[in-house]
Amino acid sequence: MTYVVTEACIKCKFQDCLQSCPATCFYEGENMLVINPEECIDCGACEPECPAEAIMPDTAPDAAKWVEFNRKYSALWPNIRKQGFVPDDADDWVEVEGKLEEHFSPAPAAR
Amino acid sequence: MTTGHGPGPKFAIVGAGPAGFYAAEALDIECPGAEIDIIERLPTPFGLIRAGVAPDHQTTKTIQDAFEQIAQRPNVRIVGNVEVDRDVTIAELAQFYDAVVLASGAPDDAPLDVPGGDLPGVYGAAEFVGWYNAHPDHAGLEPLLDRDSVVVIGNGNVAIDIARILSKSAAELATSDIAAHASERLAQARISDVHIVGRRGPLEAKFTTVELRELGELEEAVAVAESHQIPDAVGSDLSPRDRRVKGKNLECFKSFAQADPSAKARRIRFQFNARPLNVLGNGRVEAICFERTRVENGQVTGTGETLEIACGAVISAIGYRARPLGGLAVSATGDRLTNTDGRIAPGLYVVGWLRRGPSGKIGTNRTDAEEVAALIRSELVVGDKPGLAGLKPLLASRNVRTTDYVDWKKIEAAEIAAALGGEPRRKFATMHEMLAVLGA
Repeated sequence: MTYVVTEACIKCKFQDCLQSCPATCFYEGENMLVINPEECIDCGACEPECPAEAIMPDTAPDAAKWVEFNRKYSALWPNIRKQGFVPDDADDWVEVEGKLEEHFSPAPAAR
Repeated sequence: MTTGHGPGPKFAIVGAGPAGFYAAEALDIECPGAEIDIIERLPTPFGLIRAGVAPDHQTTKTIQDAFEQIAQRPNVRIVGNVEVDRDVTIAELAQFYDAVVLASGAPDDAPLDVPGGDLPGVYGAAEFVGWYNAHPDHAGLEPLLDRDSVVVIGNGNVAIDIARILSKSAAELATSDIAAHASERLAQARISDVHIVGRRGPLEAKFTTVELRELGELEEAVAVAESHQIPDAVGSDLSPRDRRVKGKNLECFKSFAQADPSAKARRIRFQFNARPLNVLGNGRVEAICFERTRVENGQVTGTGETLEIACGAVISAIGYRARPLGGLAVSATGDRLTNTDGRIAPGLYVVGWLRRGPSGKIGTNRTDAEEVAALIRSELVVGDKPGLAGLKPLLASRNVRTTDYVDWKKIEAAEIAAALGGEPRRKFATMHEMLAVLGA
């Protein structure tokens, strides 16, 4: 059981979720975050914090592919514990759909 | 494992709950080479993860694994079965450690301050939750659950946890680690209606959506709200976050308002805008009387209209109180120690609920502890303090039988071995049983 980050995070990356997480299970890509499903304790504290409503439980319809996506990239990206830089145009990307195809970057966050 | 007097700073943390473990982790990051001793009153660590988080929320309790990893670090030790003020004073700890961090939470209930609030059958959430979670302080509560209705006062997740535990079937609780004495008593109870009553309205309630949704999925109980108490939409004056969060809660309440109360054998009934006036009963709780309220400009005012609910027990989940540990000043609100950004005095700090009051979720204590750890590092003066090498002989001279992490794992193994059916563990509910496992 885990919560997962979906494509709604892409280019928004508000990071409001981080402060609520007891398990520090978020990982940072260049333009989105993911959750490590093995580390998530399924408490759901992060879900309501996301301004882009990008977080869902793995019991949600369509969640299966996002569990695999989160698993894959949490193994490749660095752990993130504290909110860092939020993109200036984050608000402009909240309503944009289909961001995975057009805008996803598989690169890890630059550190 | 070393027993101290290395060159690094020595830290004592009082309380092995989430605040204490997050403080240990944060201090380990801020001050590499530090020796960190977590002093705990019970032989069992993890505080409210073990005794507060609901026994049917086993996935949430897996945060324990992260704390176990901290406990296993070579420079971190648990010193259990040691009670500050009884076995050792804060002043004595200050002689042995470069900094003392208090993390013992807010363990007592805020009183239900109305006439009849002391009748048999009135319980606080700390004692009631402690009872069903096998906390040794509360294992002997024997709550009156012999009538068909129970009233839970409060509009936070604690109230929901209590209502859910009272409403679940034995089968639903079979995979929990609820105290054996509690599951037996609940199996004999004949509770059909649990009322969750709040002073304010559904939009002011502090429930989280995840907990509300869970009430819609119980086997034997249906969650019910009164449709005239549920607004159509959230106010446009709220912040974007509040609009989002309260909007999701509102969807839950709307579905509860449409639920058929007779659909299942039991009901969890939400009752908003009612504040307790007095608890009624002859020698025990038989009913509780509320006054209807409205919220104006954030203030609750009574309307004069009353509401009486017949019930056999009242459980108030209306907040907690801190203990004046070491005679230290408690804030005017009663729920924390007086402090400035986590500092009480030079070398003496406070984290978690005891610092900021009993609010937030588990993770809130992580950021809280990280802030205080940074403050501690900035003010740290490392003296030639002995740490545990000084504390241990003092405790031994007072015949205190301390426990450590290895002892906890023995207790845990015995609890797991005693589990029946689908239970993850069968908890010991007394200090005597815990220490008996250790041959002490």
